[in-house]
Amino acid sequence: MIKAEWFYWLVGAVFLVMAAQMLRDGSNPRRYGTAAFWGLLGAGFVYSSWVVSGAAPAEPLGAAVLVMVCLAAFGFTGRGRVRTTTGAERAASAARLGNKLFLPALTIPVVAMVCAVLVKKVHLGGGPLLEEGSETILGLGIGSVVALVIGMAVLGERRISVPLHAGRSMLEAMGWALLLPQLLATLGSIFQASGVGEQVGRITSAVLPDGMIHVAVVVYCVGMALFTIVMGNAFAAFPVMTAAIGWPVLIEAGGGNPAAVLAMGMLAGFCGTLCTPMAANFNIVPAALLELKDQYGPIKAQLPTAGVLLVCDIVLISLFAF
Amino acid sequence: MIVLIGVLVVIVGFATKRNPLLVVGVAGIATGLLGGLSPREVLAAFGEGFASSRAVTIFAITLPVIGLLERHGLQEQARNVIHRFAGLTTGRFLTLYLGLRQLTAALGLNSLGGPAQTVRPLVAPMAEGAFEKRHGPLSGRAREKVRSFSSSADTVGLFFGEDCFLAVGSILLITGFVNTTYDQHLEPLQLALWAIPMAVCAFLVHGARLLRLDRTLAREAGTGPGGSAQVLTGAEEATK
Repeated sequence: MIKAEWFYWLVGAVFLVMAAQMLRDGSNPRRYGTAAFWGLLGAGFVYSSWVVSGAAPAEPLGAAVLVMVCLAAFGFTGRGRVRTTTGAERAASAARLGNKLFLPALTIPVVAMVCAVLVKKVHLGGGPLLEEGSETILGLGIGSVVALVIGMAVLGERRISVPLHAGRSMLEAMGWALLLPQLLATLGSIFQASGVGEQVGRITSAVLPDGMIHVAVVVYCVGMALFTIVMGNAFAAFPVMTAAIGWPVLIEAGGGNPAAVLAMGMLAGFCGTLCTPMAANFNIVPAALLELKDQYGPIKAQLPTAGVLLVCDIVLISLFAF
Repeated sequence: MIVLIGVLVVIVGFATKRNPLLVVGVAGIATGLLGGLSPREVLAAFGEGFASSRAVTIFAITLPVIGLLERHGLQEQARNVIHRFAGLTTGRFLTLYLGLRQLTAALGLNSLGGPAQTVRPLVAPMAEGAFEKRHGPLSGRAREKVRSFSSSADTVGLFFGEDCFLAVGSILLITGFVNTTYDQHLEPLQLALWAIPMAVCAFLVHGARLLRLDRTLAREAGTGPGGSAQVLTGAEEATK
């Protein structure tokens, strides 16, 4: 069976190799801090396997995470000079290779799709070939490796250091944004463990007047969206808001259709996800990947849509759930 | 109430544009300590949080091949291809992508798109290319806008497509939570069906905004939406 942890080791190994490249990169004025950041990240990816299985304590990893935070936050990381092709070289290469360039790029999603849909059902020696529940991320990993092989073949590139250097430049350009989604997931779990959820639920149900079902719909949906903006994740908001308002007020007392209320209640939370830097993997990471000057660019593009959709959601629940 | 100080730290930190890593780190430590965790437990929480959330960072594995292809002109070729479709403006192209992303996500094919897999190497260059064919090179501000909207088409399409699929995380969370907490028998299919009206709304709302982007960009570039490069009267005001 192919395990998800193997794939995390591969990702960790890639980070470690990149860290070694960074250490020797004389063009980076802060190469030691940069190499330490990416080295800790890579080592953390591998060490995490034993934290997840309970075989190793989580505290050293937590300390490493905080060191990474300090390295990035206090300006110890930087980026080296990018050795890349010129615009003219790229245009010439595009003219020569044409649509063959798309082949490796499209390999990643196609292989990911095949793994998630077909390979998922393949069994070998009594167990599934891909670890259950991890088919999608394994597909992404297998797709990337296959795409790299195809890409190097199509382009006639023999040195593995060239794609690694190209990937490293993109990672250095992203910098701290790469770690943010994982750190936010951690914050979400700390919020949950410390009872932030119950507090917010208590405040929202306190502002709710009795017996006005349409007001309660608004409070439920706006509460889902606001709570999601704070937590960065609709999944954390859903149990709290549903236990406080959705189930007792809208469904039990108000007689709402459970499937309609809950399905669209979750989507009200998704409207919140569109507006929050806390959902960094959807909103901040793309800004870094696209090298935007304004890290809130994607959020600004999504904000009006999220507002209108939240109103649509409230109207749809009010009309069809009761 | 005191645990809400962590939320306050986050809001103030993001609003005053401090380094987000620092903001989140400080908020986590403060909330954990105020919520009654020992310093050791806070460290463990950071470690466990990192370990169990590695899946959100794995897109990094796609970057070497994407970077290699970009060196050999992937983005340039994406622009060349879009130039062959005369009727495809930036807005129309992004609306098309939004719809495709929704449809594929509704079939459970979430990993078909994404910021690293499709938006940076293909969608954003195509959206830029569609504009540049008509109006010439993008200004810095317009480029930011086109890229931001490219990312938004991907995210909105994913969010308001995936819930129409039965086996997606959010649907399973709803059935899992409700069926165990309230002793119900909600079926994923019922929930997925109720996600369809919102999927339609999302396509109409965001699609309309993407189509309007064409006009905004044309106005800011100082040329009419007809595609000719003549400068309209009053263009000085529009471009300042």
